[in-house]
Amino acid sequence: MGKQRVKFTFEESLVKQPVIYELGRKFKLVTNIRRADVGEDVGWVVLELDGDEEEIKSGLEWVSSTGVRVDPLGGDVIDG
Amino acid sequence: MIFCQDFFGQEEPTAVAFLNGLKCRECGREYPADPLNVCDFCFGPLEVVYDYATISEVVSQDSISKGPLSIWRYKDLLPAEADDPVDIMAGYTPLIKARGLGKTLGLNNLYIKNDSVNPSFSFKDRVVSVAATKALEFGYQTIACASTGNLACSVAAHCARAGVRAVVFIPSDLEKGKIIGAAIYNPVLVAVDGTYDQVNRLCSELADDYPWAFVNINMRPYYAEGSKTLGYEVAEQLGWRLPDHVVVPSASGAMFTKIWKGFNEMACLGLLDGVPSSSFGVDQNTVHHPAVTTKMHMQQAEGCSPIATAWANNQSQVIPVRPDSLAKSLAIGNPADGIYALKVIDNSGGSAYAVPESDIVEGIKLLAETEGIFTETAGGVTVSGLKHLAESGAIKPNETTVVYITGNGLKTQEAVEQVVNPLSIKPSISSFESVFEGAK
Repeated sequence: MGKQRVKFTFEESLVKQPVIYELGRKFKLVTNIRRADVGEDVGWVVLELDGDEEEIKSGLEWVSSTGVRVDPLGGDVIDG
Repeated sequence: MIFCQDFFGQEEPTAVAFLNGLKCRECGREYPADPLNVCDFCFGPLEVVYDYATISEVVSQDSISKGPLSIWRYKDLLPAEADDPVDIMAGYTPLIKARGLGKTLGLNNLYIKNDSVNPSFSFKDRVVSVAATKALEFGYQTIACASTGNLACSVAAHCARAGVRAVVFIPSDLEKGKIIGAAIYNPVLVAVDGTYDQVNRLCSELADDYPWAFVNINMRPYYAEGSKTLGYEVAEQLGWRLPDHVVVPSASGAMFTKIWKGFNEMACLGLLDGVPSSSFGVDQNTVHHPAVTTKMHMQQAEGCSPIATAWANNQSQVIPVRPDSLAKSLAIGNPADGIYALKVIDNSGGSAYAVPESDIVEGIKLLAETEGIFTETAGGVTVSGLKHLAESGAIKPNETTVVYITGNGLKTQEAVEQVVNPLSIKPSISSFESVFEGAK
C-alpha cells in the first residue's frame, strides 16, 4: 500500500467531468481532497491517493489520458 | 548572534537562527522548524516564521556592514545557524551603473545586479548555500536536486565544499556544457531518460522514499529564503534605499516573491535610510511596508510563461504549461509560487511580460555589446523585457531601475553560436588590410 499527493488541473472542457469520482470507481483507490479551486474555465484539486502502488500508477495514467494534467504536489521539482 | 553555554559552562558565540518554526501559507497551521515543505492538513506550502522581535535587537546597518562579503553578512535574517555555513562566497555580487545599456534604452539611472559572477555562475548559489547549511544542521549526509543546469552545478559545488555526497538528477539530453559544469565537482550524476514531466515526477517520488535533503523539496522553505539576499544587497549597495523598479526573470516565482519580502523586511526592521521600523503584522510573508514603493516587473520567456499569461489575462489561477523555451533555466511549467508572485505584482504596481522567444538572443547580445556582460538565456529574457518596459514608458528615464542578471552566458553558449563570424585572413599584413578594409 502507498500514498501519493498530487495536483490535478482541469481545462475548461473537463471542469464539469467527474474525473475524481471515476478514479475511485475504476481503481482501488481512496481519493482524499485537501484543497481545490474550481472556476468556470479552469480548476485545480490537490488530493491524496491511497492504495496499492501499481493501482496508483495505473490510476494516474488513466487520469492523464482523460486530458487532466497531473503534477507532483508543490509544483515542478526540476529547477533551472 | 546570541550566546550559548557549552558543557563546561563557558559562554561561546554561537549563531542561532532566529526561527519560530514553519507555517502553512494557506491554512496557517504551525510546524516546528523541521525538514518539511508541505502542510499535512491542506497540502499548502510551508514558510519560515522568524522571531523578528529578537532580530530587530541584533541587526543593524552596522552589523551587516561588518559581515563577510557573502550572503552570510545577512545571517541574522537567514533561517540557518551561521556558525559554520556552507559558504563558497555566494552573493555580494556587483551592482553596476549601466551607462551603455541605459543610454541605449533611454534610462539614466539603470543598474545591473550581476549575479552571473557567483562561484558556480548563477544566483542558485545563494539558495543552495542556505539549503546546504540547513541540511547539515539537520544531520543529512546527502544533498540532492533535480535540475536543468544551474541548480545542479551549485548543489554539486556546495557538497564538494561541505564534504558530503551530492546526488544530482538531470535530463539525459541536457547540454554538455551544463553536465560538465556539475560533473567536475564529482557528484553522483543521474541522467534520466525521459520527458520533462517524467523527470519531474520521478524526483518528486524519490524525495518521499530517500533520506536525503532535496534542496527544492524538503529543504524548500529554507532554500527559497536565500533569494531574499538579492533584495538586501541591492538596497545596501544603493546606499540603504530601494529602487523605483526592479526587473526580474522568473521560473517558479520564488525568487521574485523573496526579493519583495527582502525589501519589506528591511523596511520593517528599520534598515533603510529614513524609514522607521514597524510591525510585521499578522502574516510575515505578505507584509507590505508603505515605504516600499518599488514596482516589481517579472519577465518570462514566451515558451514557458504561465505566470505572465495569468497576469495578462487577469486570472487568479496559474494554469500549468508544458515548457518549450530556449530559456531552459526558466522552464518551470507548473510554478509553485505562481499565485504568490501574482499578488506581489499587484501589491507593488508592477507587471509581467512574456518575452518573445525570438528576442532572447537579441537581449543577450544587447547586454554583451553595451555592458561587457555575457549572460545566459534567462538574462536575455530579462534584458529584452527591460527594453519592452523602457519603450512602453512603464519606466521613466530618471527612475532608479535595477535589472537582475542571474546566470552566466558560458553555460548556454550554443544559444548564441551564430555570433562567431571571424574575418578569415592569410598570415600577411596585406591580407589583413584588404579584409579589414572590406569589413569596415
